[in-house]
Amino acid sequence: YLEKQKQNKKEREKRKLYHISYCHPEIYPLVLTTKTQEIFNCRIDEDVTEEQCYKLIKKEDILEDFRNRAAVSDFYLVKKLVRVGNIALSLWPLLEKENGHARASTQEEQEEAKEAVSEDMYTYKPPVSKPWVSLGSEKEIEEESVKQSTKQVTYMISRKRSKFGAPILFSDRNASSVRDSYIECTSYPDKNFTLTQLEQDVGTQVIPEIKGVSTQTKWAFPKNASTQYYPREFSEKEKGKLAQSKELADFLNSVSTSVEIALQQNEIMNTFVDDWKGLAEEEGTFGDKSDTHLKEYQSFTDLHSPMEKMITCIAWHPTIYGLIIVSVAVRLSYEERVHFSGKLLLQPSLILFWSFADPIHPQLMLESPDDIFCFAFCPSDPNIIAGGCINGQIVLWDITAHADRIENIKAGGGRSKKATLKPMFLLEPESNKEAMYIRHCAVSSIESGHKKVITDIHWLSDTFEINRMGSVFENRNGICCQLVTCSADCTICFWDIRPQKTAITQPTEKKKEETIEIPFDVPPTFLHLDLSWKPLSKIRLSKGETSLDHCPTKLSLNEEHVIFKTQDKMLGQDKAVKSTETNPYHDLEAGMSNILKPIDDFCTKFFVGTEEGEVIYTDWKMERDPETGRFVSKKPVNLYTVHDGAIHTVQRSPFYKDIVLTIGGWNVAIWKEDVMTGPLLQTCCAPKRYTSGHWSLTRPGVFYIGREDGYIDIWDLLEKTHEPAQSQNICITMITYIKPWTYSPKQQFIAIADYYGTLHILEIPWTLSHPSLNELSSVHYYFEREVKHLEYVQQRRIIRDQEKKEMERELERKKAKVYIKTKEQMEAELRMEYENYLELEKSVLYSLGLGKVSEKTSYMDVL
Amino acid sequence: EVEETLKRIQSHKGVIGTMVVNAEGIPIRTTLDNSTTVQYAGLLHQLTMKAKSTVRDIDPQNDLTFLRIRSKKHEIMVAPDKEYLLIVIQNPCE
Repeated sequence: YLEKQKQNKKEREKRKLYHISYCHPEIYPLVLTTKTQEIFNCRIDEDVTEEQCYKLIKKEDILEDFRNRAAVSDFYLVKKLVRVGNIALSLWPLLEKENGHARASTQEEQEEAKEAVSEDMYTYKPPVSKPWVSLGSEKEIEEESVKQSTKQVTYMISRKRSKFGAPILFSDRNASSVRDSYIECTSYPDKNFTLTQLEQDVGTQVIPEIKGVSTQTKWAFPKNASTQYYPREFSEKEKGKLAQSKELADFLNSVSTSVEIALQQNEIMNTFVDDWKGLAEEEGTFGDKSDTHLKEYQSFTDLHSPMEKMITCIAWHPTIYGLIIVSVAVRLSYEERVHFSGKLLLQPSLILFWSFADPIHPQLMLESPDDIFCFAFCPSDPNIIAGGCINGQIVLWDITAHADRIENIKAGGGRSKKATLKPMFLLEPESNKEAMYIRHCAVSSIESGHKKVITDIHWLSDTFEINRMGSVFENRNGICCQLVTCSADCTICFWDIRPQKTAITQPTEKKKEETIEIPFDVPPTFLHLDLSWKPLSKIRLSKGETSLDHCPTKLSLNEEHVIFKTQDKMLGQDKAVKSTETNPYHDLEAGMSNILKPIDDFCTKFFVGTEEGEVIYTDWKMERDPETGRFVSKKPVNLYTVHDGAIHTVQRSPFYKDIVLTIGGWNVAIWKEDVMTGPLLQTCCAPKRYTSGHWSLTRPGVFYIGREDGYIDIWDLLEKTHEPAQSQNICITMITYIKPWTYSPKQQFIAIADYYGTLHILEIPWTLSHPSLNELSSVHYYFEREVKHLEYVQQRRIIRDQEKKEMERELERKKAKVYIKTKEQMEAELRMEYENYLELEKSVLYSLGLGKVSEKTSYMDVL
Repeated sequence: EVEETLKRIQSHKGVIGTMVVNAEGIPIRTTLDNSTTVQYAGLLHQLTMKAKSTVRDIDPQNDLTFLRIRSKKHEIMVAPDKEYLLIVIQNPCE
């Protein structure tokens, strides 16, 4: 009974324990080992007795215990609690074991626990309503309960009472006439029920005797008697012997005549030529043949810029489809720029990369120190771009690091599927789609470069190189490494992007320069050039003795690297560069040490268009001035004043190397390089000023001109030369730049930039992009005729001059011969005249029939 | 003299190549490279034999004097004889 009592007590204690710990989650049950008891002085029956079963244990002691015994410490389980504060232990000895059973609780709870324990569970507490804590019972109820899974459907069908119990009439109906009115079970052969025939009835008949006999014969089947691996040939000696033989000579003699006749027949005329075919135009047209208008494809505007901008230059990316690059500049005059210079400094000047796939956000943005007025892609590496600034600096960018970004442009890439359901204007650009600002790699030196805006920039072809004197050498690098620029400060400069040999003045320069922190993401390709880049040579276009110089606006060199047609070659070159894994542009010093071979008879002359409207044909090679012995730039070979305004386009035809188109002011002129007398074609003045122009890339006789009222004039030299063949309105404001580009024979685009900063992309229709048959030769022939015409005009001029001189001489002679007439002579002359008049009068009267017959003789004459 | 004749034929306008082949189709003299010559010789020899037999079948008194094959790109002229064959390839157009 005692034991039972004890057990009961323990049980009660346990229950209480659970009860309390249940209500007071801060209270934890703990088991203390003997060791622990010793450490904390809570041994059973010594420090702690049943009456005195509380012990306060300090936090520091416990922590020390942790440090000493780590996980072995009993208090490890209540580590959390220990942190809170000191722990009060309420100890209950377990009688059968030596271990002490303890309960840890915070000091705050101690009171309550004491109260609960000491009261010995006899005060009846009315049950306190507590919030119901789910133990999972409601789930069981749910599972067991029966609910109606489907909603019960009630139908109400009604019928007229009269119909109930009415007499029924049966009638016949054809089952097949109504669909689905019957279901049939058609019979089918079932394998389980087929019977195999095991007995067979056979009939026999008597027939005459047949005998079968066989013999052996020789069967000849085709078999390879021999195989020949090499063609039969004569040895040299045999050949020689045969060649000498008489038979061969005779044979050739007899045969050669007929052969020669046949050969000559072919030379005289091609008898199999289909003349009708030659007259016909190409039939394979794509699209509507009558469609001659440029179709609007897409247009791009930069919506984010605060100031109004205009587009100054366009370029298509040489290799990537659908990527157009424009340079933008603020639309302010010089005074306004000075006025707003503070505001302008804060805004970055940009070159934007637009892609067909995304018309709102530019793909890349290249930063430059100032507005860019012209830029060009390096022909041998499309990741290097050179631009000319408004302040006369050249800026270089290297976007090799971002090349993959622009290569894989997908529309809406990176947006989740849900986002596309929202309308476009609500979508904010996500962080990974933000256009990157790329800082420039290098800028030219401010002191030694151009002083005014750079108006044109070109890369020199990778086939040649120039040195300081302007002499031409062959280029062994295989890459384009030189540039030419012209600017409004009347100079043309040649630049080299390779590191120049260190001059002695280098260290002093370095001291002067502040070390500028280059941001980490700028590639070090052109670091050697940054801010210390000097031009290789400078040419000043002087007008002679006067201080006013020509102000060049555009250049056109011979041997331009033709980017248009060689797109495939470009891709191949690009791949080659990638495969070698060292971009030659990153290793520019390598090519410096080569001793180059000069190229002789290289045409170093080029065309320059100026701001006054003159076309200058000059030479870049320096010559030695005989007086001073220095190298001085040559005087221009030719100068023509043809245009009324600044020339903005000087461009060689992509089909003929020596035909140049110049557009400026109100008219257009076409020149041939060797013809010095004048332009081949000079159009009459147009009603509106021409502001931009470009040759067509695929049709030799077509070029596009943009006007200041937003119209584009399309000229076709084979159609008419006195006015444009077509005129189309593109936008409302001045067109600043035109650039066509071909992607495939079926797709050709033209990019037109206007003054308000919008870039329009239009598609060129089939008729304008496809040359007609023999167009190349027709246009060539046209130019030849024009050349002859010019020569004829020259000759006529000479002849006319001669004639004029003759006439003048005649006049001189006549003047010498004139003598003063005397009075008698004058009277005699007058009398003569009067008599002549009388005769005339008589004859007239006779003819009228009114005259008197005055003399017989005359009457006789009349008869 | 053999050289002269061949050189004269070769210098005509548009002539691409000339070759002399024996009755069995083995080239003796040629101005083209070896593989092309061998190919032309073998094929044209067979064709000439066929043409000759055709002409003879139609009229036994007749014989093949000249064979001209005009293709898109050029014209092949074959002059047959008892023992040899002269093959000339010419490009008749510009």
